[in-house]
Amino acid sequence: MIADVLQPMRGRRPNKPEPGLADWLESWHIDIWLLMLLLAVAGIGIFIQYSASGHSIDGVISQAQRVALGLVVMAVIAQAPPDLYRTVAPWLYAFTILLLVATLLLGDAAKGATRWLDFGVVRFQPSEFMKLAMPTTVAAFLHTRRLPPTLLTIAATLLLILVPAALIARQPDLGTALLIVAAGGFALFLGGLQWRWMIGALAVLGAAAPILWEHLKDYQRQRILTLLDPESDPLGAGYHITQSMIAIGSGGTFGKGWLNGTQAKLEFLPEAHTDFIFAVYSEELGFIGVLLLLTLYLAIVGRCLWIAVRAQDTFQRLLAGSLAMTFFIYVFINMGMVIGLLPVVGVPLPLVSYGGTSAVSLLACFGMLMSVHTHRKLLAN
Amino acid sequence: MALFARRRRDALKNVHAERDSFLRRAGVAVLFCIAGVVLLIVRLADLQIVEHEHYQTRADENRMRVTPVAPVRGLIYDRNGTLLAQNQPAFVLEVTPEQVGNRTAMDELLAKLQHVITLTDTDITRFKDRVRKSPRYRGVPLRSNLTMEEVARYEIDRHQFPGVEINAGLTRNYPFGATASHLVGYVGGISEEELKQANESQFLGLTQIGKNGVEKSQEDLLRGEPGAKIIEANAYGRPLRELDYRRGYPGRNLYLSIDTKVQTVAEQAMGNFQGSVVALDPRNGEIIAMVSKPGFDPQLFVGGIDTASYQTLLNDPTRPLFNRSLQGLYPPGSTVKPAMALAGLEYGVVTPEHSEYCKGEMTLPGSSRKYRCWKRTGHGAVNMLEGVKRSCDIYFYNLATLLGIDRMHEAMTGFGLGHATGVDLPLEKDGLYPSREWKRRARKENWYPGETLNTGIGQGYVLATPMQLAQMVARIAMRGGGYKPHVLHATEDPITRKITEIVPEALPKIDLKDNGTWDVVIAAMEAVTQEQGGTAYAVGRNAPYRIAAKTGSAQVAGLRQDETRPQKQEEMPLRLRDHALFIAFAPAEAPRIAVAVMAEHGGHGASIAAPIARQVMDQYLLGYVLYNNEKAEVPSSRVTPALVPGLPVPPELQQMLQQTAPAAATPPAAVPATPAQQEDDDDR
Repeated sequence: MIADVLQPMRGRRPNKPEPGLADWLESWHIDIWLLMLLLAVAGIGIFIQYSASGHSIDGVISQAQRVALGLVVMAVIAQAPPDLYRTVAPWLYAFTILLLVATLLLGDAAKGATRWLDFGVVRFQPSEFMKLAMPTTVAAFLHTRRLPPTLLTIAATLLLILVPAALIARQPDLGTALLIVAAGGFALFLGGLQWRWMIGALAVLGAAAPILWEHLKDYQRQRILTLLDPESDPLGAGYHITQSMIAIGSGGTFGKGWLNGTQAKLEFLPEAHTDFIFAVYSEELGFIGVLLLLTLYLAIVGRCLWIAVRAQDTFQRLLAGSLAMTFFIYVFINMGMVIGLLPVVGVPLPLVSYGGTSAVSLLACFGMLMSVHTHRKLLAN
Repeated sequence: MALFARRRRDALKNVHAERDSFLRRAGVAVLFCIAGVVLLIVRLADLQIVEHEHYQTRADENRMRVTPVAPVRGLIYDRNGTLLAQNQPAFVLEVTPEQVGNRTAMDELLAKLQHVITLTDTDITRFKDRVRKSPRYRGVPLRSNLTMEEVARYEIDRHQFPGVEINAGLTRNYPFGATASHLVGYVGGISEEELKQANESQFLGLTQIGKNGVEKSQEDLLRGEPGAKIIEANAYGRPLRELDYRRGYPGRNLYLSIDTKVQTVAEQAMGNFQGSVVALDPRNGEIIAMVSKPGFDPQLFVGGIDTASYQTLLNDPTRPLFNRSLQGLYPPGSTVKPAMALAGLEYGVVTPEHSEYCKGEMTLPGSSRKYRCWKRTGHGAVNMLEGVKRSCDIYFYNLATLLGIDRMHEAMTGFGLGHATGVDLPLEKDGLYPSREWKRRARKENWYPGETLNTGIGQGYVLATPMQLAQMVARIAMRGGGYKPHVLHATEDPITRKITEIVPEALPKIDLKDNGTWDVVIAAMEAVTQEQGGTAYAVGRNAPYRIAAKTGSAQVAGLRQDETRPQKQEEMPLRLRDHALFIAFAPAEAPRIAVAVMAEHGGHGASIAAPIARQVMDQYLLGYVLYNNEKAEVPSSRVTPALVPGLPVPPELQQMLQQTAPAAATPPAAVPATPAQQEDDDDR
């Protein structure tokens, strides 16, 4: 039934109205709905950034500049047809693997983790490239295979996913590694990965959990333990999550009002303008504001899935679907950790958290989605 | 070129099947998203709606700090409104480390500051110690009590000292220094023990507490109620703004009954003697003056005394911190004789006319032990008046024997000996008036008849504080009435200015069967100062008011039976000399002041203690000191105040001159000093 509802429309609408802004934008390969939703979220992000950074106009300008840069990158990427990305994907993937290895060997350390690569002019996290490369590559690979995937295909795909994920996890950047795995995993899932393998994998994962636990770093383990009982260590590992919950809970239904949050302004909330910005947002705008933001995010995910459903070939479908779901996972993990549902992993709130590479790579992904949506071949039915 | 080549077996993909499969999976993905969002919403609703109040409270607890606001301590005035303890603004130099920078910058700053203000090594060491212990954004005191000059020098160059600030606070100040230091007391840092005993909420924001004197006994009145500021602070505790203010209440101002002028005169009159002067108003028990010599500078204790000064005070052999008026226990000597005489008459063991023959010494029947009169040659036949006037020991030995220790104990305890007076000042001692029961308990011995004799002249086991002696004489002055001694006259609400007077607490009246008994003894006490042969005639004869008094010279070192006293106290080493005592009230017919003087090792009560009491009474009754402390050589010009050049006659005195007996108004030339008088001064 869903298939009926989502039955992709072919060609132009029959009763085409006067060409408007939407059509003009579409002629430039920009999807107006996605653009509007992204701008709305980024706008909210900039407003809340101002509050979370302690009324720093510099921070706001810098964030706005990054969003603007991201939008330009998005528009540029949208211009190329999806087939190009399918062709380029493996090379991009290989190149990114090289960069990741280089990062591990020569990267800059910041906050105890080696994530940055400094080229003198540009300083960036190669792991962000993988956010684009991973879904593209897995989609391109599965595109060439018969679906549902054979065991060999599954094994090859898992290899494609786990090598970079392992490299990123070694940095260590568990958050990004998780997102990379999610991106590849969703492509595989949407490609028709058999349920039995998934259930089997979950069982194996469950069995391997104690071994994984052994391999976690102390701080990572602490984060998981803290999640179970944040109040047990209110000044140590539980401090982040406790203060975050206080911020959100004290916001109440309608919030304390923009710029009136006390938890961030008085510096009780750590990482207020980056990973924990959702706590600031919830404190100042309350439950109503939270519902609004969730609606916007859901609308973006919905639009992306709509694009995936309307896509013309397997590569495009898997790419768009994987990006849509990765975006959702982004939101879910960040909010989940800020409200104390998930352990604290360094995942920013997309388009709202402060951070350059993240915003640009994210918008680049949307560029590919728009490319999928706007480059249509006339196909014989 | 494509890295992923399509293999042959994959070449024939079922495009439609793949699309349908994708659509199904997309449907699952949508369900997954919905489930995730529902989970988020449920959790958020729980936090923001269900648990909202809990988290709201916790957010407020995070940011709100209650900062206590110390109340201003009440002022202490004397009865005339002279300030005895006040709060003075003091300048404190504070440095905020955060604004100074690193350690090198701090050292440079301290070096520069040294050109402007005096900094001792102790100051710097203490400062660096405090810097380590406090948050960097908080000002740390470097020096307190800056002089105005230092403040001025700092102000000129203040731009050179970033992070340095001079703040004004209030410190306790005692304008009269050592004067009345034991009475007013002092404040000092609150010890943990004191904090434990008190209700901590009453000391919020306070660092000082009354440690002695009125400052201690009236701490609750002086302290006031602390207020509080509710401050918004950030995660690092830095205060950002004031949210709310709860008003406290300043401490009450106290009016003491003491008269600073009388107090000063008493202290000066004591000269270099160690000892005590207590002057009471017998009509209400108010303390007019209370001196303990030597005194100390209470200012040393404010804000914490340094160890060296404290050790000096503690190790001083003259014990300046010891409040002799309340803690000093002395044998009262002959000053007990008027009360003894009252007891003898009341119990009917003697009549005023009853006489004993004094030949200088006596023995008890069945014992060879000799009990000596202070006058070796003896007084001859002595009746009660003569016994008191000339302080004949033999008379009182016999009186004591007639009374017996039990009745003596009952009577003298009634006059307040042996138990604390309950004055509103700390650390008062009970003293001791012995009894059979006491001796059995304390010494495990029976009472010996000979001890009754010694007790009868205020020696032996008897120990009394000067305050008790003053109370005893005040009660005689009031003919058995009288009030509990106290120093607090009134308290004042510092805001409404409403003054509440303290109601004196009447002591249980000593009722005698015959009120005439009082007249007999008081007449004898008057004779001490008014009649030739009276032990204090030299002091009393020229007074423009009548003094009823009794001298005392309490023996410090006991004499062996074979030992004879040196005739002259002046020839003895100081530590062996007798304590000089004097109790008096005046004017005899309408008492307004009762005095007890105790000069340690003063030698003679008459020549040393009596003149001190006289000067105190002069100052209180006349408003100035008429008496010239030169024995028997009072120049005639000093007798009547009208003859003192440049001094107007106070109306009070004029009135008194008319009231007093003709003897007092008689020019002193009519009362020549005789050798006999000189000898009679040598009283015990």
